[in-house]
Amino acid sequence: MTALLRRELRLALRHGSDTLAALLFFVLAASLFPLAIGPAPETLGRVAPGVVFVCALLAAILPLDRLFGAELEDGSLDQLLLFGLPAPLLALVKAGGHWLVTGLPLLLAAAPTAVMLRIAPEALPALLAALLPATLLLSLLGTVGAAVVLGARRGGVLLPLLVLPLATPVLIFGVGAAEAAASGLSPRPHLLFLAAMLAAALPLCPLAAGAALRSAAE
Amino acid sequence: MDASAAVAPPAGGGRNLHRFANPGRFLRLSGKVLPWLAAAGVLLTAAGLVWGLVFAPADWQQGDAVRIMYIHVPTAWLASAGYAALALCSLASLVWRHPLADLAAAEIGPVGAAATGLCLATGSLWGKPMWGAWWVWDARLTSVLVLFFLYLGHIALVRAFDDPQRGARAGAILALVGAVDLPIIKFSVEWWNTLHQPATITLTGAPTMYLGMLWPLFLSALGMSFGFVAIVVARTRAAVMERRIRALLAARARDEPQHETSPAGVA
Repeated sequence: MTALLRRELRLALRHGSDTLAALLFFVLAASLFPLAIGPAPETLGRVAPGVVFVCALLAAILPLDRLFGAELEDGSLDQLLLFGLPAPLLALVKAGGHWLVTGLPLLLAAAPTAVMLRIAPEALPALLAALLPATLLLSLLGTVGAAVVLGARRGGVLLPLLVLPLATPVLIFGVGAAEAAASGLSPRPHLLFLAAMLAAALPLCPLAAGAALRSAAE
Repeated sequence: MDASAAVAPPAGGGRNLHRFANPGRFLRLSGKVLPWLAAAGVLLTAAGLVWGLVFAPADWQQGDAVRIMYIHVPTAWLASAGYAALALCSLASLVWRHPLADLAAAEIGPVGAAATGLCLATGSLWGKPMWGAWWVWDARLTSVLVLFFLYLGHIALVRAFDDPQRGARAGAILALVGAVDLPIIKFSVEWWNTLHQPATITLTGAPTMYLGMLWPLFLSALGMSFGFVAIVVARTRAAVMERRIRALLAARARDEPQHETSPAGVA
């Protein structure tokens, strides 16, 4: 498993520009909002948590269609499945790799981006605390989506259509945490909800993704 | 010729399930039931709607706008029930490799999406005079909208593969993942403080509704449910026959090698 994870990371390093593209997309998309709705600090600060979350959501989906795509094409997916590792574990490793390569950099870039968007200072810690489970959840859900569309004709277009509706609860509670903190309430219930969703998704998503992988490799 | 007919029936408890997996038996049985289903659907829906739209009393507060309920509530219930049926078919297809469940799941999708779309549209028409807005972002409306997108995603996914078997498998996994939305829809009006009212009719308590309005609602809900089932059965019959024709055409193409053969899509 560690060998697999190391392989994932090495592949991501070798294709550095692909990896950075998601991050760049996130920063660029977020910086479009001040230009679109005007730079007034009070309006910008109000929408900042939502903008950061939506951009992170879209950026996390961006590299998903290559998550298994290249390996299906060159046949290494069959090799990986023959390894003896159960398919759900393989999916879990893939989700972990996606988080380390996309989710973690997004989390790091979120703080400066949110500050640039003039977020309320008391909302920033809550936003980052919500982004940690949220990016993990997005990696897990995204792995399911990527595994399910494997081999489909317009997989890249289909993928956001499938993942975005499933990701709406993540968005709602994530932004809810930041909004609560901004208005002086405790973000704790929202964060607990996110943690509960993560606890449910951690075993279930790899199972679903594993089943999809096995049927794709048949 | 028809690969799905060649599935050997397993011994034990699964036998009853697999008796109906035989497409030929399904076609014979459904052919007998379908006219009755369709007639019951049309008659009951017509009776419920005429009663509800013409004869039932107007609401003391909402006036005649309450009559939208006779369409809105049945379609809302069908949207959820349709997705539950979709999830059950997906489970049967994944666990027992039930060949008819694949076809039925693919055919429930568009019908359920239509019901969900109708539910959202009628709700929006009612919301404008009552709430003063076509749309509000409360939990019930949002979760039904997500259900609509789940239906659309399922429809697109099932039809996106060259191999229908693969499409059915992928769609089944997606449908089961999406089933988490159902309890959220059901309980959204209780968990959150929503503009949409909580349930009026429950299984355990007495309905808090005038009987002269409840009966037409009940009739149209029953009629639309029959209609839903009839449409799904008719579509599934068409899908079974379509698959047979494909298999026949492919078999003929194999026998005449000078023609271009297309092996893709043959079960």
